Amino acid sequence: MTSGIPIRKAPLATGARDQHMVLNMGPQHPSMHGVLRLVLEIDGEIVVRLYPEIGYLHTGIEKSCETKLYQQVVPLTDRIDYLSPMANNLCYCLAVERLLGLEIPPKAQWMRVLLSELTRLNSHLVWLGTHAMDIGALTVFLYTFREREEILRILEGLSGQRMMTSYFRIGGLAMEPPLDFFDRVQGFIKSFPEKIDEYANLLTGNPIFRNRLRGVGFLSAADAIALGVTGPNMRGSGVDFDLRRDMPYSSYEQFQFKVPIATDGDCWARYEVRLIEMRESVGIIQQALDGMPQGPIKADAPKIVLPNREKMKTQMEALIHHFKIVTEGFAVPAGEVYQGIESPRGQMGYYVVSDGAANPWRVHMRNPTFATLQALETMCKGRMLADVVAVVGSIDIVLGEIDR
Amino acid sequence: MEGLRKTLTGKAEVLESLAGHPAVKAILAWNAEALADAKFDRGELTLTIAADLIRPAAATVQAAGYNFFEDVTAVDWFPSTPRFQLSYHILSHLYKERIRLRVLLDGDAPSVESITSLWPAANFYEREVFDLFGISFAGHPNLRRIMMPDDWQGHPLRKDYPVEGYH
Repeated sequence: MTSGIPIRKAPLATGARDQHMVLNMGPQHPSMHGVLRLVLEIDGEIVVRLYPEIGYLHTGIEKSCETKLYQQVVPLTDRIDYLSPMANNLCYCLAVERLLGLEIPPKAQWMRVLLSELTRLNSHLVWLGTHAMDIGALTVFLYTFREREEILRILEGLSGQRMMTSYFRIGGLAMEPPLDFFDRVQGFIKSFPEKIDEYANLLTGNPIFRNRLRGVGFLSAADAIALGVTGPNMRGSGVDFDLRRDMPYSSYEQFQFKVPIATDGDCWARYEVRLIEMRESVGIIQQALDGMPQGPIKADAPKIVLPNREKMKTQMEALIHHFKIVTEGFAVPAGEVYQGIESPRGQMGYYVVSDGAANPWRVHMRNPTFATLQALETMCKGRMLADVVAVVGSIDIVLGEIDR
Repeated sequence: MEGLRKTLTGKAEVLESLAGHPAVKAILAWNAEALADAKFDRGELTLTIAADLIRPAAATVQAAGYNFFEDVTAVDWFPSTPRFQLSYHILSHLYKERIRLRVLLDGDAPSVESITSLWPAANFYEREVFDLFGISFAGHPNLRRIMMPDDWQGHPLRKDYPVEGYH
């Protein structure tokens, strides 16, 4: 099993830097959002170098995918990122659907948009609460989790699960949404803009919060592109690009929304961008509710999509298809597809390679914060040690998706 | 290119239909020999580049407007040969589309030039491929394991690596 490739040691603290101290931050640290370990070289309180050490949560999901049938991979994608499972489900399903050449009915596409945006709200709420908590504003956390709880209840009613929803299926959705689903979502987003005002009231004018974020963690537009930073972090640096608008998928082209941009490139800019993004998401959900098309929620592909219960019990063909899909899966034509979507944290990409069998030959995930982590040193270099906490909070990382 | 739905296989077919494509044009103007194969499938353009020319080829498409490096990963085609395929996904903010550069490598001591000098973003991705596939990247500033512990033996995403248990 050895390849004979030499293992190199971390290039830390070389040369005459006797006055520098090497400090480990994490993997168990309250502000590290999981198990991120930062190796910091500090000169007094100034950060000289910074290395993120990751892999503590590596579970080999990409390897596991290769042993599963295509439809069995969907629950694995939930577990990559516990804050935005729907984004991972969607990206994977879109990739496999493109390999299969499946047409998804409009209602399923619109439901996917609605749920992606609900997921974005969910994810941004957790980010806002924990970010503010890292800075010392403990109150906001309680407010954001109050609203997040309502989203989780809606998702539970929809899929039976609060977090690991697995609601998207290859070919559409798992089942029809429950009868009260649309009313509950409507009720939620009706009051939500006021709640955003509430968070802004607590934070935007708060002098401590402002001073901790303003001018901290600067990232230029050129650096953001060079270092692979995407999503709200990139837009906070003034790069105007959003896959939902620029390379639309799942009928996003039928929705009107603005892509917020800030040019300061600091933690404050990223905070402002996400706050406006939440307001835009509310607008998209409203449009989805108003114009929700009628019709089926699954593609017309009996050899790929499971038949409904009643058909299965009454029709021989449907029973055979059901049995075949569950036991053997379905063959996917050979080829490779890279599907990108705009997840709450930035550009997510699923690269699925098929060799024509019922198991994927290779599934690779491009998770946005994996690349964003590389920009951490640029953002923190030459700044105070205490600012590292603010910067890590502002880039919104989830270690599950970094380590996979 | 938007409305193009059909599949084009082989260099000749792609060059005929997509000669005006900015990435194809740039690669041809730079070094037509470097383009070993090409494919247009499911709306995605794949350009296979000679393994020793990936860094200059990436520099060429970067200059042609493909400014954003998304990721690089490998596919192990074991037991077929050539064993490894590297897929570079590069996005253009200008043209709003992505291309895939593909490199094929033999299974015996696979190595390729690093593109971290063009996009520092490739740093973690190349380390990941090094760690999980054992493909080394010449000129990488910090090529060591990223997911697995430093003293780990073997490369988990290779097809001859067991899924359950390890020995």
